[in-house]
Amino acid sequence: MDLNLQELNATEFPVPAELENNIAITSLSQLYNWGRRNSMWPMLFGLACCAIEMIATASSRFDFSRFGFEVMRATPRQADLMIVSGTVTKKMVVPIVRLYNQMPEPKYVLAMGACASGGGPFKEGYNVVSGMDKYLPVDVYVPGCPPTPQALLYGMIALQRKIDGQSIANGDDVPWYGAGSAEPTPVPVLGPDIIDPRQMDMIRRQAERAAQDMVDLGMRELPAAMQMVPAKSATTAAAPAETAPVDGDALAFVLPAGGTPWTEAEDIREKRRLRALARKAVRASRRASAEEE
Amino acid sequence: MPTAAPLTSTTIDGAIDHLQTTYPKAVSVDDREGYGGIIVDSAQLLDVARVIRDELGFDYLSSATAVDYLGAGDHMEMVYHAYRSSGGGALVFKAQTERDHAEIPSLVSVWRGADFQEREAWDLYGIHFPGHPNLKRILMWEGFHGHPMRKDWREAYYEEEQKPFDSRWPGGHVHRAEEKNVFGKNVSYPREIDLSRLMDTSESAVYQSLGLGVDVERVMDKDGFETNELVVNMGPHHPSTHGVFRMVLTVDGETVTSLEPVMGYLHRNHEKIGERNTYLHNIPFTDRLDYISSMGNNHGYVLAVEQLLSLGRRYNEPTYRCEVLRVLMVELSRIVNHLWAIGFWLNDIGAFFTPVLYFIQERERILDFFEAVAGSRMMCNYMRFGGLFGDLPERIKSVSNLTNDRARDYNTIQFLTEMVSERIPRTIDELEQLLTQNEILIERSVGVGVLSAEDAINYSAAGPLLRGSGVPYDIRRADPYSIYDELDFDVAVEDAGDMYARYRVRVKELRESVRILRQLLPRLEATEGQSIWADGKPGAYAPRVPLGEAYGRVENGKGELGYYIVSAGGKSGTSNPWRYHVRAPSFINLTPMGIMSQGYKVADIVGILGSIDIVLGETDR
Repeated sequence: MDLNLQELNATEFPVPAELENNIAITSLSQLYNWGRRNSMWPMLFGLACCAIEMIATASSRFDFSRFGFEVMRATPRQADLMIVSGTVTKKMVVPIVRLYNQMPEPKYVLAMGACASGGGPFKEGYNVVSGMDKYLPVDVYVPGCPPTPQALLYGMIALQRKIDGQSIANGDDVPWYGAGSAEPTPVPVLGPDIIDPRQMDMIRRQAERAAQDMVDLGMRELPAAMQMVPAKSATTAAAPAETAPVDGDALAFVLPAGGTPWTEAEDIREKRRLRALARKAVRASRRASAEEE
Repeated sequence: MPTAAPLTSTTIDGAIDHLQTTYPKAVSVDDREGYGGIIVDSAQLLDVARVIRDELGFDYLSSATAVDYLGAGDHMEMVYHAYRSSGGGALVFKAQTERDHAEIPSLVSVWRGADFQEREAWDLYGIHFPGHPNLKRILMWEGFHGHPMRKDWREAYYEEEQKPFDSRWPGGHVHRAEEKNVFGKNVSYPREIDLSRLMDTSESAVYQSLGLGVDVERVMDKDGFETNELVVNMGPHHPSTHGVFRMVLTVDGETVTSLEPVMGYLHRNHEKIGERNTYLHNIPFTDRLDYISSMGNNHGYVLAVEQLLSLGRRYNEPTYRCEVLRVLMVELSRIVNHLWAIGFWLNDIGAFFTPVLYFIQERERILDFFEAVAGSRMMCNYMRFGGLFGDLPERIKSVSNLTNDRARDYNTIQFLTEMVSERIPRTIDELEQLLTQNEILIERSVGVGVLSAEDAINYSAAGPLLRGSGVPYDIRRADPYSIYDELDFDVAVEDAGDMYARYRVRVKELRESVRILRQLLPRLEATEGQSIWADGKPGAYAPRVPLGEAYGRVENGKGELGYYIVSAGGKSGTSNPWRYHVRAPSFINLTPMGIMSQGYKVADIVGILGSIDIVLGETDR
């Protein structure tokens, strides 16, 4: 436990030297995160080819139990981490969202491989969802087709690092520390094609427009800057394309008054960075004084 | 029915002559360029099919699939490949229908193996099959708009008919497909979508239209206490369904009275994408069919395309070294496949994960070899038309840099020799010692999940499922390809037809594979230095494939893997397949799942499924 005590004692609060091996002072967030990151049970949930590499990662040569991903559980009720290991199809995304809703918080999603991250080689297929993040919040993306077990392990460790950075106090990016119960993710419906309940109004508006103008439903003319350039004029198009200006009015209804979400996030990040630097300085000075003694 | 003329010859041509003399009006020879077989008038298809099965002896319907000839004749066509279970080539027969009201009589009453394949043709092509007992969608859900494999049906991210797309090559000015779609997703809705009456019908459709013989309403009714029968759903998220497979069982107490497989949860549109791809593009996609044995998938596909290429003038046979390397890779894949299949079957009957961990160790060793040779552990993408991606490297290094893995560096031949003569046989011995006479295993598996030989043939079962039922049918012997005819090995066969027999077949095949590998090692050394390419240099990236059709099939770990490829629509040759169909053993082997499960307990069902050995990438494609 020596190592962990040292880790836990790494705070800005001074600990008397004679007590250093007996008590631990840490922030509640760090304690939470330490426990959470080291006991992250994945759901036994294989979708496609990537599931085979996930099993290989769980087996003796690679063995993710060493990093705290102790055992895979078949029920979502006992799982902390959903590894989306393979192509997500429209037919399958319905049960996947249900499974995600059944997982207790805190819960994380790892998109394993090209298909789960963005559709992969099967993206153009009519039954393929182009990336798990179209329906669920994804924490870590692991590239590869399929990712090697080493790559998956790296992604899982990246998730642990992400957890290290989360804080109860800020309540910024960790919804489960907020007040009240979390809203479940709306479950998609299989109609003529898959329907995301969050887009129901949009589909209705588009359908009305399509019926009036007799245009194809759902296809959009791209602004000039984003249009494909014909192969013939490829050389002239090498000049920097005009960037489409952001329409401020169009964004007005999503932005809170007095600031954009991304500047707010920047502020939080900056504060965190300063705190981390202060902690680092305290640690360095303490180490220096210990060496002097 | 006309009087049958006496059968004079047992060859395929003899069979065709016989059919033509018996049905002079209904049967005509398919004389399109590069095509073979016969075209049968669909009004008499059933009669002709019965003659083909009963009089001519083609009792095994391997593949039944649809082709849409929009713009190249404007008709729909069902293509059937029938074989004799005693061996030999295919009798190909076709039935044509118009596109608007496509209708072809169902052959399920002749070959039960046509069941799922006809449902797939209905689902993806919209061909109606009068006489089919349970004609509903199989891969997509009920209520999906359109029949997506039709040539005029376009997916939401549609860009062009054929690759390479103009946006990618040669300019390379690509934007994400999401940006073109208002919804930012891979969706397209019909213009007349009615959201007010929208409800999720996919679930109730599964239960209501099962034809299970159970009144779902009655079972659901709380007042009717006579409900001894229950409907139990397993999957698509279930640890023992080997992926996203789903079964709906009706149980009377603990006993299963009927079972209905529900699939399509991993239907990733392999064939639609395959028909947009160029021929070469498809090789890495075949890796992802049966992702346990990607080398075998490559082999079937290159064999089919090579059949077509050989119709052209400039074609050279693959070199001997190339064939040796192909067989080497395929047999190693088979070992991986069977170890994996046995391991996960044991999971299903209760030996949770311990055997698998032992087998995966051996698999890792073989994957190291694949990685050194082809560059990737699982998705090898190794074979090419008329050749291979590359020759064996001189040395094999384990790429794993984990701290508990020693750095490894071996001479390739030494590595192979050690693997073939020591490690794999040792693993098989260990496996047999622990399992073959194991009392628990025998108690659980003997007499469970029985499939008779007649049913196995009639249901188009393949691979260990067919051979475990006492039918000695192995394509490597029945219809040899590559260099299998000069190799010395036995066809593994067991008579009992139960789960244990299938296990025994797999163990025997493991040993036979080792036997084949032992014969390959001296051949490898003898051909050292020979080119792996027919004319010494790699083949073209975009081969022009002559017009015609081809059916290439191999004995893969899970059974008969076939590729039906049509090159049509061009003047002299094409660079993209017109039709690219995969005859997937995992898919068709599920057809008899229902009758195999009747009368057994719920706990046996996962074992029976495990003993069939399916992989969902191939089942749903």
